[in-house]
Amino acid sequence: MNVLHEWAFIGVFAILAPVFPALPIVIARLFRPRKPNALKSSTYECGVETIGDTWVQFRVQYYIYGLIFLVFDVEMVFLFPWAAAYNEMSLFGFVAGFLFIFLLTDALFYAWKKNALDWK
Amino acid sequence: MDNLCTGLCTLLLDGGFDAGLAQFLSLLVGVLLVSGVPLITVILLIWVERKVAARIQDRIGPNRVGPIGLLQTLADMIKLLSKEDITPTSADRLLYNAAPLVSFASVVLIWAVIPFTPFHYGVDLEIGALYFVAIASFGTLAIMVAGWASNNKYALLGAFRVVALLVSYEVPLVFALLAPVMLAGSMSLLDIVNAQSGMWFVILSPLAFVIFYVSSQAETGRAPFDLIEAESELVAGFNIEYSGMKFGMFFAAEFLHVFTNGILMAILFFGGWMGPLYYESPLIAFAWLGAKGGLIYLTTLWLRNTVPRLRIDQIMAFNWKCLVPLSIANIVAVSLALKVLQELDLAPRQLIGAGIGEMLPTTVVMLLINGAIGLYLLGILRRRGQEARREFQAASQAYAAAPAD
Repeated sequence: MNVLHEWAFIGVFAILAPVFPALPIVIARLFRPRKPNALKSSTYECGVETIGDTWVQFRVQYYIYGLIFLVFDVEMVFLFPWAAAYNEMSLFGFVAGFLFIFLLTDALFYAWKKNALDWK
Repeated sequence: MDNLCTGLCTLLLDGGFDAGLAQFLSLLVGVLLVSGVPLITVILLIWVERKVAARIQDRIGPNRVGPIGLLQTLADMIKLLSKEDITPTSADRLLYNAAPLVSFASVVLIWAVIPFTPFHYGVDLEIGALYFVAIASFGTLAIMVAGWASNNKYALLGAFRVVALLVSYEVPLVFALLAPVMLAGSMSLLDIVNAQSGMWFVILSPLAFVIFYVSSQAETGRAPFDLIEAESELVAGFNIEYSGMKFGMFFAAEFLHVFTNGILMAILFFGGWMGPLYYESPLIAFAWLGAKGGLIYLTTLWLRNTVPRLRIDQIMAFNWKCLVPLSIANIVAVSLALKVLQELDLAPRQLIGAGIGEMLPTTVVMLLINGAIGLYLLGILRRRGQEARREFQAASQAYAAAPAD
């Protein structure tokens, strides 16, 4: 079993996976009623007409969480090969991994001290 | 499925098929077989979910359609199929329709790397664990897209909160995933299961399991982290504008995701198909995996139906100030301890195929370290809890003492 074959499997799977949920939705077309009117297809907000635009600037707090997540997630991807090669690793590689984790922890505590982790 | 695919491929080649076509057809059969497992279980899962929830709430649950309500899901499906599908005029049509598909597909795709038995699996990717992380985050994307494309303020608010939550809990989840990868020395899920022949990882690294369990509960949006729904505040959250089968797809995806996480935890921490007599027949191996995954799945349902919802600031604080530091401490402890033990020749260099005897010193040391970290954490949490309680009592006394106006 070569590598290409493995990824071909994932490829076929990835093409088919959205088809499974799409099938019932398409089949439903045959059964469901279709009587749209202006009121029905308006935005649903407790019966009151919606005021203003929905797509506005959002709170900066979400953005901060997004940034911290990005830092951690990207660095974690680097830790995976480190963990996978753990058994054959030299002392240098081992210590390097620890330095990396230390910097990561440092970043976390920096964000903590700056109150970036508090939901305001 | 590998063997089956190759077998079918050669059969088709012998039958005079074109090489490319034969390969594609055999892949297609393999994909249909693998995806059949989650697609069939999800129908049963919806029934299990409702029945268990009902029992915990002292109700009987669905019991009219078919024996003990087994056909309830079928009836639900017929109902959903006959429901009108409303797309708001202000919505982004393309993204609005794509979101439920992505949501469901992201869960089904995880099953491509799940090893059902030692010889039956979709593919054994060398980066199986990383593949799981990558595919699972598509679910977050689907929720964001659904909330944004609906062009509804409640939906968008719900999506924001959910994405902040999902993104945050992905950090400890992935960190916890590092522990089995490190112990097995491989990212392939098949190797991870094989490395547990001596000792299950849940015993070698119980903290990683607890972190994984808690954050996967959050990843699926279940109580106490069910801000996704927050019925009382956001009407329904990101899926408010959806109706009919598209709405159903979000829920099917959620139910399946919970079960998939159960199976994954069985594979990563409970030895997957390992169990008495698993080598006798693939069916027994498959049954072991199903039983372990099913039990973990039931405990998540139990948790979901017993605990109240947390506030978003509590959820975020718990993640960033408790789970993330804990998961970092866990990784450092596991890697240090294992390295020292290996240097002292007390732990096997390769866990794959290691017997239970070789694993004994490692097990004892790991349990002690994990226990120490766990107890220390519990001490901190207890102290913080007492502080919070005192503050609350002082505030409520001040409130009672204040003159009413």
